[in-house]
Amino acid sequence: MVNLAHLIPVFPFLAFMINILFGRRLNKSSAIVSIAASGVSLGLSIYTLVLFLGGHGSYTLFRWLVFGSASLDIGVIVDPLTCMMLAVVTIIGTLIQIYSIGYMKDDLRFSRFFAYMSLFMSSMLGLLLADNFIMLLIFWEGVGLCSYLLISFWFERPAAAKAGMKAFITTRIGDTGLLIGVFMLYFSAHTVYFRDLALLNNTTGPLFTIAALLIFCGAIGKSAQFPLHVWLPDAMEGPTPVSALIHAATMVAAGVYLVARCFALFLAHQPALIWVAYIGGATAIFAASIATVNNDIKRVLAYSTISQLGFMMMGLGVGGYSAGTFHLMTHAFFKALLFLCAGSVIHSVHTQDIRRMGGIFQKMKITGTTFVIASLAISGIPPFAGFWSKDEIISETLHSGHPYLFAIAIATSLLTAFYMFRLIFLVLFGKPRSDLHPHESPKVMTVPLAILAVFAAFIGLVGSPFMHNVFQSFIHSGIARESETAGPDYLVMGVSTLIALLGIGTAYLFYILNNKILPQTIRNRFTFLYDLLSNKYYIDEIYSAVFIKPVIGLSRLASRFDLGIIDGAVNMSAAAVVALSRVKAWIDRNIVDGAVNMTAWVIGLSSSVLRRIQTGYIQTYLLIALGGLTLIIFIKLIGG
Amino acid sequence: MIPQSHFLILSAALFSIGIFGVLTRRNAIGLLMSIELLLNAANINLIMFNRFLGSSDGLGQIFALFVIAIAAASAVVGLGLVISIYKNVKTVLVNKLDMMKW
Repeated sequence: MVNLAHLIPVFPFLAFMINILFGRRLNKSSAIVSIAASGVSLGLSIYTLVLFLGGHGSYTLFRWLVFGSASLDIGVIVDPLTCMMLAVVTIIGTLIQIYSIGYMKDDLRFSRFFAYMSLFMSSMLGLLLADNFIMLLIFWEGVGLCSYLLISFWFERPAAAKAGMKAFITTRIGDTGLLIGVFMLYFSAHTVYFRDLALLNNTTGPLFTIAALLIFCGAIGKSAQFPLHVWLPDAMEGPTPVSALIHAATMVAAGVYLVARCFALFLAHQPALIWVAYIGGATAIFAASIATVNNDIKRVLAYSTISQLGFMMMGLGVGGYSAGTFHLMTHAFFKALLFLCAGSVIHSVHTQDIRRMGGIFQKMKITGTTFVIASLAISGIPPFAGFWSKDEIISETLHSGHPYLFAIAIATSLLTAFYMFRLIFLVLFGKPRSDLHPHESPKVMTVPLAILAVFAAFIGLVGSPFMHNVFQSFIHSGIARESETAGPDYLVMGVSTLIALLGIGTAYLFYILNNKILPQTIRNRFTFLYDLLSNKYYIDEIYSAVFIKPVIGLSRLASRFDLGIIDGAVNMSAAAVVALSRVKAWIDRNIVDGAVNMTAWVIGLSSSVLRRIQTGYIQTYLLIALGGLTLIIFIKLIGG
Repeated sequence: MIPQSHFLILSAALFSIGIFGVLTRRNAIGLLMSIELLLNAANINLIMFNRFLGSSDGLGQIFALFVIAIAAASAVVGLGLVISIYKNVKTVLVNKLDMMKW
């Protein structure tokens, strides 16, 4: 059996090269190229999984850099986490690209879109396979670049262009932390390989804790955790398949993946882990609360993504390695599905405002059904996928000894169920609230929806007690941990199901039974709270006032300094040189030239007198010679 | 014996006549002839001083012979120039020959 894992990112990259170079000629068939490449990667991922189960693990490919006594080897990490993520990314990536054929079919830059998608797939798969921080950083930036390119894919719209920049710059803040963290880790532990992190469990010292926190900074940026979450809602300006693939299922999960990948480091340095838990918890409840009042179908889902990523972070933070990664997997499926459903709806009605929708279910049966399945999954209704993973995290928080986090987890579950079914009831059910003409999307879009719906419904079962927690024992085979609870916790299951039902019931009460009066009444009663939420806690405004405005002010000041003083100095020196040159020119023209001309004039004048001596008569010359001789003799005689 | 001063007076008179001729003659041939007078005035002096200073080796006489030879040579060149000038400008009058001036 040959290890082929390192070829997984190569095929999408080839597809990217083909599409970017020959896209104009390929036109619609560029989709085939990208999908074929993703399909091959999917096959190789499954092959890698099979090999891994057969005992083949990580391996090193070649030595890349040698500097002094240190060196850097390029290798591939193959462990349960990577195998799981590879499968998730390739399955979802392939399905979303198939869906994109329908969604993007009228776009002018069709092949460009698929080129970027392939580049993203390549970077993402490379990120998962990287066995050291240096490679991880390279691919980390690669997915960031693709995110930027795809968010601002419709760059003709200023909002999309700005959103791309915002995403890039905001994640860059976290990436800087990650970079410094990697440096610190190398400085203190002299390693950049993930496999060495497990050896650090005996280390102590604040340096490691700080390094872990800085690495977590990178995760905060990428996974849109508070306080760097602001880019993700704006990233919804990109095409919906992009939101589904990058900003729901894969790239934003890279932050969670990073924490999971470095879990040994965090585990050995508990203060860092606590930070992960509380940042995650804060993000979860914070984003969920915003999602309850937002009216843009994609932004609700974006805040939901932020909230769920926070949930995963919280799960990892309380030590639930398998819980966090399990939720990472299930979430990828149902959130991708939710975005694709939203895309299907948007594709059909050409609006994103849920207040204008309603009653779409009758016209879009497949989209509607899958939408409901995905919502049930995310809300945590058994037996759908989200229930099992969410339940694990709630159970972990309960047993971790952090009652606040448990409370947050319960509250977030309630809010999640509420805002998801608010969306469902407003979009799919009730009476149409405006003159829209929904129609079912083509097969190329609905078939991926159906396949993803199957995953969203049943993927959770691999981690359920009924299947003997296959997933948990699989993912644990890579990393040993003792504190996780074994066995089903029926109390937590019951409570979380009740909570989810409560959320759905509240949404039903608000938006179906009483859809005219009750939300309005509550809004009026809690005006302050509503304003706070609908303005997203004014975070954007605060950032604008605290960071952006001063920076712009400073830039303006610098620009004024540049224009006024530096340019002024340059211009002044130029003007001085010009003036000096004028003086010099005057001196040259009048004094130097005058002196030359005067010399010539004097010589001309004197010669016009003296030339009269030159008569040409030989006797004149003789006479002068004689006179001269006489004069000499005369002087001689007198002096003599 | 003829006194020294007579020779000197003779040579001075001859020299003066030559100078006068050189400065006043219009004819180039006359000019050359006046130059011969100047040279012969010098020759008289050379021979006279050789005799009166009592030198026995005859250096002054030899020098006078040299001067005669050179005078002949210069007369040849001078007459050749005059003929050449005459061929070109059809005159031998030096007051007409002013093409060498500015």
